[in-house]
Amino acid sequence: MNEPAISVYTSDSSLSNPFKMVREMFRDLFASRELAWRLTVRDIRAQYRQAFLGILWAFILPLANTVTWIFLSRAGIVSVGETVLPYPIYVFTGTMLWAILMDAMTAPLQQTNAARGMLAKLNFPREALVVSGIYQTLFNAGIKIALLIGALILLGMNPGWNVLLFPLGILSLILVGTAIGLLITPVGMLYTDVGRALPLLMQFLMYLSPVVFPMPKEGWAATLFMINPLTPLILTARDWLTGFSPEFLGYFLLVNAAALALLLAVWVAYRLAMPILIERMSA
Amino acid sequence: MKDTLIKVDGVSKKFCRGLKKSLWYGLQDLGNELRGRRHGGNGQLRADEFWAVRDASFELSRGECLGLIGHNGAGKTTLLRMLNGLIKPDQGRIEIRGKVGALIALGAGFNPILTGRENIYINASVLGLSKRHVDAKLDEIIDYSEIGEFIDTPVQNYSSGMSVRLGFSVAVVLIEPDVLFLDEVLAVGDIGFVIKCLNTMRRLTANSAVVFVSHSMQFISWFCTRVMVMKHGATLLDSPNPAEGIDRYFALVKHEQQTSGTGDARVLGLDLLVNGEMDTGEEPSIHQGSSVTVLLRMQVDGPRACAHAWLYIHDEAKLPLVCTPIHDAYSQMLCLPPGEHLLEIPLGIIELNAGKYNFVVAILDANTSIVLARVEGLRSFRVLSDQTQWGNIVRPAKAQLRAPPNKASTVSG
Repeated sequence: MNEPAISVYTSDSSLSNPFKMVREMFRDLFASRELAWRLTVRDIRAQYRQAFLGILWAFILPLANTVTWIFLSRAGIVSVGETVLPYPIYVFTGTMLWAILMDAMTAPLQQTNAARGMLAKLNFPREALVVSGIYQTLFNAGIKIALLIGALILLGMNPGWNVLLFPLGILSLILVGTAIGLLITPVGMLYTDVGRALPLLMQFLMYLSPVVFPMPKEGWAATLFMINPLTPLILTARDWLTGFSPEFLGYFLLVNAAALALLLAVWVAYRLAMPILIERMSA
Repeated sequence: MKDTLIKVDGVSKKFCRGLKKSLWYGLQDLGNELRGRRHGGNGQLRADEFWAVRDASFELSRGECLGLIGHNGAGKTTLLRMLNGLIKPDQGRIEIRGKVGALIALGAGFNPILTGRENIYINASVLGLSKRHVDAKLDEIIDYSEIGEFIDTPVQNYSSGMSVRLGFSVAVVLIEPDVLFLDEVLAVGDIGFVIKCLNTMRRLTANSAVVFVSHSMQFISWFCTRVMVMKHGATLLDSPNPAEGIDRYFALVKHEQQTSGTGDARVLGLDLLVNGEMDTGEEPSIHQGSSVTVLLRMQVDGPRACAHAWLYIHDEAKLPLVCTPIHDAYSQMLCLPPGEHLLEIPLGIIELNAGKYNFVVAILDANTSIVLARVEGLRSFRVLSDQTQWGNIVRPAKAQLRAPPNKASTVSG
């Protein structure tokens, strides 16, 4: 017989006992794996069962974006600088990678919001929502990547062995996206402003990242691009996919390490915030 | 050995009335929490806040069932949510030992697009149960829910009763809790299913410590070994005698007097004689089975020949339960000429179920049937009984035990 579990609820912050907190965090993460998987299967099934176009939705948006930008540059409406890659490939890979990042970033808030009813009434490991969000992002990313690689082969690109490193690029996009997404979730659950402002901000950030525009060579724009921590993520992932050796590998690793640290910190914040958020939700 | 599973010690919780303020406080609490400060500050209320639960304390052992009763907004559900670990107390400490089960949000996590079968797995994993566990009990769940062939239909096509049934079945077949929380779960409708739920709950509650929130005094009376009455967050009464708690709950309802009619007659007073003794209390508490006589004083204005009177007993929901036409010695309506009258009306044995009731008097003109006065909520009283029964009138009968007829003669070849 094992000792019965004892749960104690007081008004003290869990931070007052950090070791216990960390132990509980990983215990809950472990306990949440099956639920996370169930929620993922539920959401994906429901999503595609009710959509005529099915999995097309996973890449329609980046595809439309690509077509728009190819049109804009061909028609000479927007002049895009020289790219080493053919521009359609550049913009297609860029928008696909960006879409994966966006998916990862919106997932935590979206998942938590969608689970309001459950959260307000049931006690289950809250980590399941975040993990389920990551699973779903991975699933959608898989579809995008399959399409991406198919298109590259059709266009006669040979990525070479570097492509084996490409999944690392995707994982780091999801890592960074999840960390930022989880960071804004607690406040986003209280105020809907956050959820609305995010796409706007990200739209702006996209033009400061080498997604549809190549890296500027000089001037303040070049500095801005370089400061933007998303730049090395996009560039490195794209380089791995298209057979170039990544230019900013050090910066890339640095951003990932920072994102990992951020993720751990915001995970703590998310856990601490949950009871407070639930209190402010309707029962 | 006393196996204490729930310990609640001085637990308080404050809530905020306005949404804007509530969100803003939420943000502040978030900041405090992240800086490692204690939740709820120094126990002061901020502007617009109130105590949703104030200083609640109790202990509960295996085999006990605590009924939480009180009117809407009394803090029952908030207390339950704190016990369940969903929200943090602002003050005090809660300790729960063992596995917790909650029949609260039945069917939480159901996705309307997916089938009942798929949703069983989802719901089960929300409750923390593995797929293997569900596989073994899937048939039992489907069977219990009485959903039948609809199990492969999307849940959005279910009637509300069906989805609640499915949710209840998943929870009830799968959980084996040490500590069980129930919040108004038996409002499922269909009587056949309710009976089944009751039996299952008996099984579950026998081996666990149960906290039960309900507005149905019958359920409270049948399940609970202890009752806590709450009002505006405060604990009014914590009694090991459910009947006492239920009586206190009924005492919380304030009755209102409402007079209508032409005003040509007035009720001057109504007193009660319980078992021959005058009860002068504000709201008499009458034991079931007592004999009650009503003393009714009234004034009828002239000129008219006669007025007739009726005495009614309404329950808390204003449902008329007893109608007493006031007769004379010849079983005709008693003629009340203009003037002041004192009527002694023997009501006989009070057979009403435990609960709260009030008297209504109607005085009509004998010729025209015009309502001269109708007074609602004239005087309220409570009926006290050890058990709240499933009927408005409780009339025990003494049965004779007889030998059954000979089998050989009833079963034909």
